[in-house]
Amino acid sequence: MAYYQNIFTQVQVRPVTPELGIPVATDKRLGKPFNSYLFGLFGNGQVGPIYGGYLGVLSFACGLIAFEIIGLNMWASVNWDPVQFVRQLPWLALEPPLPKYGLKILPPLAEGGWWLITGFFLTTAILLWWLRLYRRARALGLGTHVPWAFASAIWLYLVLGFIRPVLMGSWSEAVPFGIFPHLDWTAAFSLRYGNLFYNPFHMLSIAFLYGSTLLFAMHGATILACSRYGAEREIDQIVDRGTGTERAALFWRWTMGFNATMESIHRWAWWFAVLTTLTGGIGILLTGTVVDNWYLWAVKHGVAPSYPQVFGPIVDPSSVVTGVKP
Amino acid sequence: MRTLLVVAGAVVALFLTIAMLGTAGWTRPPMAGQQIGYRGTGMDLIRTRAGNEALAEANQAPAPADPVEEGGEKASAVYQNVKVLGDLSADNFNRLMVSMTEWVSPEQGCTYCHNTENMADDSLYQKRVARRMLQMTQHINSTWKEKHVHEAGVTCYTCHRGNPVPANIWFENPGPNAKSGFIARNNGQNVATPEVGLTSLPYGVYAAFYAHKNTPDDAIRVNAQSALPESKGKPIQDAEKTFALMISMSQSLGVNCTFCHNTRSVAQWGESTPNRVTAWHGIRMVRDLNEDYLSPLAGTFPPNRLGPQGDVPKVNCATCHNGANKPLNGAHVVDAYPELAKPVASADMPAGTPAQPATPPAAPPAPKP
Repeated sequence: MAYYQNIFTQVQVRPVTPELGIPVATDKRLGKPFNSYLFGLFGNGQVGPIYGGYLGVLSFACGLIAFEIIGLNMWASVNWDPVQFVRQLPWLALEPPLPKYGLKILPPLAEGGWWLITGFFLTTAILLWWLRLYRRARALGLGTHVPWAFASAIWLYLVLGFIRPVLMGSWSEAVPFGIFPHLDWTAAFSLRYGNLFYNPFHMLSIAFLYGSTLLFAMHGATILACSRYGAEREIDQIVDRGTGTERAALFWRWTMGFNATMESIHRWAWWFAVLTTLTGGIGILLTGTVVDNWYLWAVKHGVAPSYPQVFGPIVDPSSVVTGVKP
Repeated sequence: MRTLLVVAGAVVALFLTIAMLGTAGWTRPPMAGQQIGYRGTGMDLIRTRAGNEALAEANQAPAPADPVEEGGEKASAVYQNVKVLGDLSADNFNRLMVSMTEWVSPEQGCTYCHNTENMADDSLYQKRVARRMLQMTQHINSTWKEKHVHEAGVTCYTCHRGNPVPANIWFENPGPNAKSGFIARNNGQNVATPEVGLTSLPYGVYAAFYAHKNTPDDAIRVNAQSALPESKGKPIQDAEKTFALMISMSQSLGVNCTFCHNTRSVAQWGESTPNRVTAWHGIRMVRDLNEDYLSPLAGTFPPNRLGPQGDVPKVNCATCHNGANKPLNGAHVVDAYPELAKPVASADMPAGTPAQPATPPAAPPAPKP
């Protein structure tokens, strides 16, 4: 029998009849399941049947509307030139309304109206998808860990595009929809508010983000390394310890003197991932609303160190009285 | 299926690797880092040795023309219609004319500006522009000496580099003009634009910041001056404009942000380097030149020299700097041409009038007494 050996020799399990899982009360699964080698490279080889349901269909429809509005606005901004649309695609964007419109619900379409409509449909799609995740988790008798983790990401999304703009009194404070534009917006946001690196919640968010990658790598590697001893049955082994888990635990106790348990490692990973966007959202929410310049805030509270002056005192030339040479 | 996928995957990976190696504009070591601030603060000017050599090579100042004997008759007494350099001796005047030809129109020669039948004739627009540019050069070397150009000064060559039109000029950028009824909101940005480093940031920053002398001092400043909000601050769109302008300055001077700023707090003057003060005055100088010397030439330039919005070609940092933080490697180019450093006699001196097209040959305007 084939068994997992290393990251280059994976095993694809193909059931003779498609696996349909446990029966549930309302089953609205669509499509005829099939096996795919390509999908099997990334996950399970069996594709479908997928659960539709009215929440899923509505969410998909709303998402599609948002996607279409963004795409058509991008295409229009290059005068409907298909070549330029492809060439410039990473640069194109749908921008939020101008600052002069404040929190107006529907400014002219070409001056931010489309952005608000897109935001409404995208947010609806995301919230419906959250509800769908929650209801499917309950229907299968699962805990609701996944929907709550997703909610943490939605929190950051809502802070950036809705809560903070409302508190600042202008939709123009929100993020544009676009690939490079949203990245350049992020850099400009940090520049505008005196360097986000001095925002303690940004610091926390980075620590959790990098911590997540570290935990993910440690845990993934540990389980793969012990899978020949059955450690991929890790959840079983939370209560029924087997050779795989014992070895995994021993490995970390030997190398760093301390080890997580098969249960606690998943709590660690879950909390790190969830806290990344949770603290990130708090950091964004505080920026501009209660703190206007994070560098000056950090100086005020002794966070930013001062370095010796290398040059003579540099004075703002615009503060020098006219007529006096700086 | 499996073999096919492996082959397809390998081919895609190969092409992506080739594309990455060939298109990403890599710079390779040896690097030439230069510390420009307190240790450990990341205040470094990062370039490559090869890049430094190429930059120095591309910015060689031309050898000045041999000096001529002082004295002799004044140019205004020997030639007609000499409006700016009349006080110069005729020999020195000719020396400068020869140098200007080498600096600005080495291929086209004297006829680029002059009607050789009558050198005093103002019928060519190039001559009328050149006269104004001479005044501009004097203005830069006198009024802006202390604040920006210092001992190095500028000559025509600083910008022109042997081209009748300098390589780095700017026009107002109208952006993509929507032809359909569905007008997208691009906010004056989100197009790959070389002047702002191919970012998606606003592309109209020169018109916003470099065109007018009366631009408020805080137009570029977007940071709050207090830790906590005390008044309504500037929108992020303004920060994007400033960011775009700073990228263009960085490109124009071939330096990174830390040449002027300590990037832990770009706004604080106390954290900055002295270069930021020089740059601050440079921005004022560019506005001054564009408003007083270039924009008034709108009626002098023929339409084919104007931009898409009908505006004159204007200057920015790159016009003189051409990618070097000291133009022409900091050579004191004006030393050999003191007449270019004289204060402008009259800033509003007429640029000259074009010939009447209907009555050739045009009568030259009355020579200045």
